[in-house]
This record gives sequence, structure tokens and C-alpha cells, in this order.
Amino acid sequence: MDWQNFLQLVLSGITIGSIYAFIGIGFNIIYNTTSIINFAQGEFVMLGGLILYSFHQTLHIPLIPAILLTLILVTLIGIGMERLTLHPVKNPTVLNMIIITIGCSIFLKGVALSIWGREVYHLPFFFPRPPFQIGGASITTQSLVVWIALILSSAFLYFFYRFTLLGKAMRACSVNPVAARLMGIKVKSLVTLSFALAAFLGGLAGVTITPISLMDYQRGSLLALKGFAAAVLGGLGKEFGAILAGMALGITESLVAGYISSGYKDAVSLLILLFILFVRPGGIMGSKEEISLREL
Amino acid sequence: MRKDLKGLVIFFSLIFLFPLLVRNPYYIGVLVFWGIYSIITLGLTILMGYAGQISLGQAGFFAVGAYTSGILTTRFGLPPWLGILAGLGLSLLLSLFLALPSLKLKGHYLAMATLGFGEIVHVVLNAWVGVTGGPSGFGEIPALSFLGWKLDSEIRFFYFTWGWVFLFFLFSLSLLKSPYGRALRSLHAEERIPLSLGVNVYFYKVFAFLWAAFYASFAGSLYAHFMTFLSPSSFTLILSILLVLMIVVGGLGNLWGALLGAGILTFLPEILRTFEDFEMLIYGIFLILIMIFLPRGLVSLRRGKVATGD
Repeated sequence: MDWQNFLQLVLSGITIGSIYAFIGIGFNIIYNTTSIINFAQGEFVMLGGLILYSFHQTLHIPLIPAILLTLILVTLIGIGMERLTLHPVKNPTVLNMIIITIGCSIFLKGVALSIWGREVYHLPFFFPRPPFQIGGASITTQSLVVWIALILSSAFLYFFYRFTLLGKAMRACSVNPVAARLMGIKVKSLVTLSFALAAFLGGLAGVTITPISLMDYQRGSLLALKGFAAAVLGGLGKEFGAILAGMALGITESLVAGYISSGYKDAVSLLILLFILFVRPGGIMGSKEEISLREL
Repeated sequence: MRKDLKGLVIFFSLIFLFPLLVRNPYYIGVLVFWGIYSIITLGLTILMGYAGQISLGQAGFFAVGAYTSGILTTRFGLPPWLGILAGLGLSLLLSLFLALPSLKLKGHYLAMATLGFGEIVHVVLNAWVGVTGGPSGFGEIPALSFLGWKLDSEIRFFYFTWGWVFLFFLFSLSLLKSPYGRALRSLHAEERIPLSLGVNVYFYKVFAFLWAAFYASFAGSLYAHFMTFLSPSSFTLILSILLVLMIVVGGLGNLWGALLGAGILTFLPEILRTFEDFEMLIYGIFLILIMIFLPRGLVSLRRGKVATGD
């Protein structure tokens, strides 16, 4: 086995795995406050990439302000989605809420289709420099941007959940929403906040990955599927489990594509997923007791 | 039960009279699709609406039925009926494998497992080029024959398909009225109650999976012989989600809801096609509105107790 080739595959696996991790974290944040899976999570990623393209390439706004504007806009879309569609539902069941998020996903895809059409969009690297060389493998500057974005956002989330009152309230809400409400926590506002956070992270993933993997109006779905796999594999509701699982998924996929066949790479990672679900139904980080507590 | 039968007679008389009024083969074709999707949703609503298990991989069984029929008849020259039977057998076997983890998994985890199954089937259809024809698929699947009739026109296939929908509806109805059906329904709410009453929960869960897979696979075989051409793009995750949407929009856990939902979500894209690029946008809004204002599906519009079950 060629060592350089192996290292290169692992490195690119980490980059795509970071994106799965971003999406998986977004799934978890919303799952923790609402116990639903937000099927529109991939659309936040897609919107992040396409909106940045419009701001930066079409309107010629400089990169940093364009990124900030994009993230604000995607976050607002996330808030708007929750306020307009999930918020008004009385006595929601989990299945109804999930279908609503599927509706939102189709709607957002439809909006993107009518604004950007079916073309595939490309953005230049944020830092146009030659790639770094490590042990014979090369790392592009954009991969570094993706990794750093992931590290910074997980550090921020860790701090937010551990040390701020709002973050602690969100954790309380995920343990038991009814008890949290009895303690005076406004669960409904926390749901909105969780959509804002998830949309922000999705947008960030879209902004940073588009220069590497291109973006079009329907690319969000497959990414969401992998992100969902990462979230489930890491144990639903565990933000940091998703990071580990996302990496594992990304690296496996990359190695399978490199050594076995790129046609079967999605099947292999899903087979591994099915196997893990069968052996450890709560994901790699989940414990048995928690599963019985967390049943739908 | 009597109301269901009355409704059944009226509904199917209307359906069977339809081709006398409209002779346009295109519309007849759309109705054939409605029939094919109805067969899948009639099975899926048993699994999801009654047994309370989620499946996001139903397109996988649909694909197995379609491809097994298509490949066996086209490449090996087997009679279509043997192809259909082989498809059913393979689907039942696969669903047995899929049902095993379902004994352990719940909710989102089960959704993920079934979704994974559907995606694996899709990937195999794309990658196993030597057998499935890969992404471009294959064609020239022979037409079905039924009692000496060659089902080579839209109208003949229409009657054939809806005849099966009628039979499958009757099967499902009598299943639900039987003790088996009542045991199935008891799984929905809380597993420990039927368990303590001596219901073999594991048996019924596996049974519901097999039942739904059987319906989907049969519908797949019909699809193969109707289209006479297959490619992986017809069997994506989108289809699995669409099938779930059909039964939820129609009304979960209701056989009429399964028929109605399949009809609406078959016709809606046809109507919206005139809006071209805005099709998806309107479609999304429609789904959101139904779920906000009619969370129990369209059948809840009728107050009468037509509903099979609750």
C-alpha cells in the first residue's frame, strides 16, 4: 500500500467528514430541543454556498463581508422557517413535524431552483495559495479553512453549552422539555434559537465547502443524508458524537472510493452504518440506558 | 366494514368507468401510475399507520420487484409471471433481513436503517452495470399477458392494475378486521401492553415488514412491464419519501387515505408541470399547509366514520 496515497485519501476524507460533522451537529441541535429530525438541514448548506456565490461573484461584495451577510441571511431563513411553519402547529406529532421539514426542504429547493436555476456554481479558494505538503500528501488552503471553521464552531458550542445560561437552558430542554418549562425556561424560544444555530452552522458548512466541491440547488439532500448518518452514528442528541462519526464516515468513504470503487463508496459507508446500528442501536457514543429513555 | 364495502363499490365503479369518458392515453397512463403507487401505499400504511414502524426505504423493494421482473424476462427469457414471483421472493427475503434490526431499533434509528437499505439498492442498481445496465438502465421489457390478453395498451393495463388495487384493498381490509389486524394495531401505541397481553410483538413487526415489501415488490413488477424501461433514477430516496408523504397526506393508518394520498401526489406534479421551475416551490407550500391545517391528513375532512379503524 502506498503511504502517500493513503495519507492523501485520509486527509480528503477528513475534509468531507467535517462537512458531515457540521450537518450532523445541526441535526442534533434541533433534535435536542424538538426531538425531530430537520430534513431541511442540507438546504441550509446549499443556500450558504449559493448565496455566497451571488454576493461575492455577482454583486462583487468583498469576501469577508459577503460571508458575514450570507451567514446572517441563512440564519434568518432558519428562524423564518421555524416561525412560519413549525411554530403555528398546535399539538404537533413528531411525524407531522418531520413532514413539515420535508415540505420546507422541497420549498427551499424550489426557491433555489427559481433563483439560481440548474447550473453548478463554483467559488475560488478563500486564500489562493499553493497547497501545503505534509509527508508527501498535499492539503489545500480551503481544506484548512473547513477544518478551522469546524474546530472554532465546536469550541464555541462547547463553551455555549457549558458556561452560558442560555446553553444550559438548551441542555435542560433536551433532557426533559416539560420539566424545563416548569422551571421557567421558554422552550418555544429555545426551539427558534436552535433553528437559528443549526441554520448558521449549515450555512457555514456551505460557505466553506463550495470552493472545494461546487454547489447546485439539489446538492443539499445527499449531504444531509450523510450528515444524518453521522448524527445517528454518533448517537442522536450528542453534538460531539456527530463530529467523530462524521470524520469516520468521511474517511471510510474516501478510502473505499480510493481503493475499492467510487461507484460503491456510498453503499459501503451505509452498510457500515447498518451494521453499527444493528450492533449498537444507540450509535457509537450512545449507551443502552439512554436509548430506552429516548424512544420516540 | 359495511361502509367500507359500500365506498369500495362506488369508488371502483367510478374508476373503472373512467376510461369510457376519457380516452386520452396520457391521462389513462397517469391513472395507471396512481394504481401502482396505491398498491405500495396500501402496504406501507399497514406498516406505518397500523404497526407504527417507519420505513424510508420502500423504493428499494419497488426497485427489487421491478428489476427482478425486468432482468429475468428480458435477459433470461423467463415468463413474466415467474419474474414477478422471483421478485416477490427476493423482496420477502430482503425485508426479512431489514426487519431483523427493526426488532431492536425505533423511531429515527429505524428510519435511518430503512433509508440506508433503499440507498444501498439504488447504489447497486447504478454500479452493477453488467446486470442492471448501470445508470442508463435497460429497455425492451416484454408486455404482460393475462388470460390470453396481451396487456400492451394503456387501457388494458389500466384495468389490470386497478383490478389488483381492488384485490389488495380487500386483502388489507380483511387483514385489519381479523385478529391479526387487531394485534398489529396494538403495536402502534405502546409495545409493552400487547407484550403483556401475550401478543408476539416480534412476529407482528416482521409480518408487517414482509407485508409492505410484498406490496411494493408487486407494484414494482407491474411498473417494469408497464414502462418496459428501467433506470435507477426512478428508484431514489425521493420516491421513498414521496410514498411516506402519500400516506401521511391522505391520512395515516387509513386505507382510504392511502388511495387518496397516492392519487393527490400523483396528479399534483402533473398539474404543477405547467408552472415549470416553480413546481417544487408550490409543492413544498402545499405539503406544509396540509400538515399545519390538516395534521391528520385529507381523510379527516370527512367527519363520517368511513375510516377503517379509529
